Amino acid sequence: MHSNRYTFLFAIGLSVVTAVVLVVISEGLRPLQEANAALDKKKNILQSVRIYETEREAVEKAYDKSVEELVIDSEGEILTDEIINNIEMRNEVAKEPAERKMPLYIYTKEDGGKYYIIPMQGVGLWGPIWGYIAIESDFNTVYGAYFDHSKETPGLGAEIAEKFFQDRFKDKQIMQNDKFISVNVIKSSANVNYGKEHRVDAISGGTITSDGVDEMLKNCVAPYLTYFKKIEDGNAQLSMKRN
Amino acid sequence: MAEVIEQGVKVKGLKEPLFSKKNVQILRDPLDDNNPITVQVLGICSALAVTVQVKPALILSIGVIFVTSFSNLIISLMRKSIPTRVRIIVQLVVVAMLVTIVDLVLKGYMYDVSKKLSVFVGLIITNCIIMGRLEAFALGNKPWKSFLDGLGSGVGYGLILIVVATFREIFGSGTFFGLQVVPQIFYDWGYTNNGLMMLPPSALFLIGGYIWWQRSRNTKLVDIS
Repeated sequence: MHSNRYTFLFAIGLSVVTAVVLVVISEGLRPLQEANAALDKKKNILQSVRIYETEREAVEKAYDKSVEELVIDSEGEILTDEIINNIEMRNEVAKEPAERKMPLYIYTKEDGGKYYIIPMQGVGLWGPIWGYIAIESDFNTVYGAYFDHSKETPGLGAEIAEKFFQDRFKDKQIMQNDKFISVNVIKSSANVNYGKEHRVDAISGGTITSDGVDEMLKNCVAPYLTYFKKIEDGNAQLSMKRN
Repeated sequence: MAEVIEQGVKVKGLKEPLFSKKNVQILRDPLDDNNPITVQVLGICSALAVTVQVKPALILSIGVIFVTSFSNLIISLMRKSIPTRVRIIVQLVVVAMLVTIVDLVLKGYMYDVSKKLSVFVGLIITNCIIMGRLEAFALGNKPWKSFLDGLGSGVGYGLILIVVATFREIFGSGTFFGLQVVPQIFYDWGYTNNGLMMLPPSALFLIGGYIWWQRSRNTKLVDIS
């Protein structure tokens, strides 16, 4: 039997050695991991506008060619000195909408059609969930959506990262008679006073994660409406002038 | 008589070759006679969860092989100095360190796969095979033997995963390693992919089938009592 002293010293020694090994490896691989995460973000943004590229070059090319990055505030003003990659979504979504700095990605299709991609961040059951939702230029119809999570339960909450769930958001509407109503993630038998175009089926067994997605959509999309309204008014004026 | 004793002494004094018959046996045993999944019935959960496609199954197997062999090696090297009262915690720390290394490397070099495997890489820690081998083998055997035992156990585990994943991917999605193997003409004739193969229970049936096949072939495993 070893003495208490030996046991403690052994435990401390082992902890220190393990920690040093892990720190060295973690720091060594950090640049690679960051590059991967950045690429993954671009890939996910493109996925929300129905572009499913996986190769590094193809993703970079498609992104650089057609995606414009903006930061706006809830008044709809463009904040020109903010750098989009420095914005921590996690911190922003916790603030009051009026104080947020909000990133926006604008995707321009080859025919000139524009899609407004809103990044989202929320909470699931075990950890953060996030995603991107692309709104068409009528500022109502959802073109596509992408969701991801860090540690939701596989087969239950984690299903939000699957294509079948994300496809349910296509062509849904976020506005009802100029009122923001969002796309509600709710069980199909729930009795609600809005139509099918405002709801998608939640995931059975993943209620808390589904609620998280629902909450995230409401929290993250609503503050962009002022900006959308401004563009819409601008467009209306433009076409009036033309007439 | 004297000759025999002399031989015995001689053998003892000699260093055992790296791949002596006994060592090869240690390496080979977990592949069939003492397979972690089909005989010891350990590590079933991940065998059900990550075998929808061959690629993630292969990557996870490589991760487990790395962890089993090196945790066995490290624990065996330390076996005489590990305080017995905290040995389980020591084992856990070593295993957790190796698993974290696997996770970091995957995130650095194979981001997509690491996303697909998500929690299962972290769950290698809880794979009963690893702690089982540490307790049962590494604590009482020399490093090289322990390494071989870990390697064998990992490969035995990976073998089952690959077999199950091959069946599930071919019959469930018509592909193998992501390449289409079921020709389009089959689908035109009305063949459809088997949806059950995409679900975890199918892996249980396949493992059951494997155990049946294995026991019908290897009579050593049949319980005669």
